[in-house]
Amino acid sequence: MTRALRRPVFLIGFVITLALFAVALLSLVWTPFAPAKMNIVHKLKAPFDFGFLGTDQFGRDVASMLMVGAWNSLSTSILAVALGASVGTSVGVIVAMRRGWLELVVMRGCDIIFAVPPILSAMMLGAFIGSGRFTAIIAIGTFMVPVFARLTLGAALQIWTRDYVMAAIGIGRSKTKITLVHVLPNISNQIIVQVTIQLGLAILTEAGLSFLGLGMPPPNPTWGRMLADAQTFLGQAPWLALLPGLAIAFAVLGLNMLGDGLRDLLDPRDN
Amino acid sequence: MGRMTFWGSATMLKGAAFGLAMAAGVFVVQSGAEAAPKTALTVGMAVEPTGLDPTIAAPVAIGQVTWQNVFEGLTTIDKAGKVQPQLAESWQISPDGKTYTFKLRQGVKFHNGVAFDSAVAKFSLDRARGADSVNPQKRYFASIETIETPDAGTLVLKLKQPAGSLLYWLGWPASVVVEPKSAADNKTTPVGTGPFKFVSWAKGSKVDLAKNADYWNKSVSVKLDTAAFRFIADPQAQAAALKAGDVDAFPEFGAPELVKSFEGDKKLATVIGNTELKVVAGMNNTRKPFSDKKVRQALMMAVDRATVVDGAWSGYGTPIGSHYTPNDRGYKDLTGVYPFDAAKARALLAEAGFSNGFTFTMKAPQMAYAQRSSQILQAMFAEIGVTMNIETTEFPAKWVADVLKAADYDMTIVAHAEPMDIDIYARDPYYFNYKNSAFNDILAKVEATSDAAEQERLYGEAQTILANDVPSLFLFVMPKLGVWDAKVKGLWENEPIPSNVLTDVSWAE
Repeated sequence: MTRALRRPVFLIGFVITLALFAVALLSLVWTPFAPAKMNIVHKLKAPFDFGFLGTDQFGRDVASMLMVGAWNSLSTSILAVALGASVGTSVGVIVAMRRGWLELVVMRGCDIIFAVPPILSAMMLGAFIGSGRFTAIIAIGTFMVPVFARLTLGAALQIWTRDYVMAAIGIGRSKTKITLVHVLPNISNQIIVQVTIQLGLAILTEAGLSFLGLGMPPPNPTWGRMLADAQTFLGQAPWLALLPGLAIAFAVLGLNMLGDGLRDLLDPRDN
Repeated sequence: MGRMTFWGSATMLKGAAFGLAMAAGVFVVQSGAEAAPKTALTVGMAVEPTGLDPTIAAPVAIGQVTWQNVFEGLTTIDKAGKVQPQLAESWQISPDGKTYTFKLRQGVKFHNGVAFDSAVAKFSLDRARGADSVNPQKRYFASIETIETPDAGTLVLKLKQPAGSLLYWLGWPASVVVEPKSAADNKTTPVGTGPFKFVSWAKGSKVDLAKNADYWNKSVSVKLDTAAFRFIADPQAQAAALKAGDVDAFPEFGAPELVKSFEGDKKLATVIGNTELKVVAGMNNTRKPFSDKKVRQALMMAVDRATVVDGAWSGYGTPIGSHYTPNDRGYKDLTGVYPFDAAKARALLAEAGFSNGFTFTMKAPQMAYAQRSSQILQAMFAEIGVTMNIETTEFPAKWVADVLKAADYDMTIVAHAEPMDIDIYARDPYYFNYKNSAFNDILAKVEATSDAAEQERLYGEAQTILANDVPSLFLFVMPKLGVWDAKVKGLWENEPIPSNVLTDVSWAE
């Protein structure tokens, strides 16, 4: 614990991330105003002029929209990363267990998936099944699969060369059992760090998809669409672009710092 | 991935620096040329045309580049929206309204040197009305039975039944006169009789035109030597191009919220004029629950048009109660037939059997006015318990295929640009799927008479039927937000028909 407190990167990242989750969860039970409620008479009001952070071009409360946007962004990103991490990690450890031709096929497959940017795959998916949150989750999650597959494969292969794994093989433990008992627990730190960093990336990608109109449809507020809508109002109401921009920047910064901090903290060489 | 993003922003910075350097360069060049009166004009447009032949495709952007600049018609429509003679010097209409005799202008030559005569005029009309014609207004030529050319300077149209609007329709971009040899290539290299010749088209960027030194109409003196149309979709980029002087005029500026940023800029003039751009939320009148008139009326009453104008178009716009604009002849203000009244709307919806509301999908094009209007409608419908999901549908390609052609939609929203197009509700098939024989009869009567007062009375009746039946939610007319260099004179302030007529444009010294 004291070790954690002595690391400012970890601490700042942790506080920002905690604040992000707190705001997102709070939006489920309380927002200053209904986020979709239009009040065009009060449109484009500056922060503190009307509500806490002003209003957008339809007179909706920006603070409420940012709060709900945090939840929409986080929940989409968490589901996407959960999809990517679970599939990717399973693929990684299975390939590490089997090796051989499977490794070649799966890893080249990962290369192919990795070559297609998530924005592009979301656009293609959107053309088939319609754009929306589901599409965004699938697109971002698919993009994350090779990241986790590669990470876990590399890490698991190292574990497979350890003496205690050799001993386990020697006493006749099954490969599945070894994977579950020895490999996974020993690579879990690296997966946790990666999950944190990928979460930041997922938020950024989700904002990009929403910006292009491929995210959750209106009236659900998303940070990306708030940014897109603010473009032509930049001269009149710069806060409309600045606030969601800052929200995205802080969320990604916080998660990246937390990830970096966790990596330092969990690095066995430091122990 | 993190590194890639950083690399991206570094490239953007470099791009911005390059852009600044470019802008500075442009500025120097322009201030150097300020001394002599300019004879070149660059006009900005938001949408690039898909081709340059207005007689084979519907997008209004085609006519906005070519109509009256490259191509001319037998008749034309002036800035006030009135029919004027052009390649037809004069005409006579037989008392029964079924024979039109045009006296054609002599000495008119196409840009490729071919002379204009009655054979060319006949060819143009036959091409537009022929069986394999893809003319977007083909139905306007349907009343023509035979075309006769007694001599090179006379054209006689024999009609099946009187067509009171024929002269008006002949002035439209879709009715321009084309020359037989070059007609097939007009899509890429348009050849007409107008004051400007086509020079080049850099796809994705601009169309260049140059003055036609042999222009037949000596009563006008064309001041511009060259004219260019530049296509800039993004409103921010439009504003930047205007402020930097890269574009001299944006007759249809894309973002009303940015218009205020030009106030106080003495170099630029902001001109707010009329258009025919009717923003209507069309409904699929054969699909449930929109097949029930009460549902459509209830939705109309859920809409506060003034708020839509305010929220979607920064207050620039006029509410309408029917598919007709205040500048059309015989206009009736019918916004009071189903005015905003959420309580009545809810009651009417309950009467129609939807006391718990219903859910449907809005296919909204990506344009700002459509996206914003649909979000506002979404909020207004929510007040009466109706859930509207918004699905963005790319315009024009996907929208034309899904909505206009296949009529596979619940509700959509689009600005209808064509003037006096109330007859679209009498077309079958048309995407509204609206069928009302009483309405069709009235529009048939409009064509049967050539008495202007009687036509206006009939147009009034037609408007009233639409306002009561609500085949579409009639929202507002968009104004023409023109922004141009204060020294540019002669651009049309109003837009009785989508166009950018450059004949009388000049630079003040």
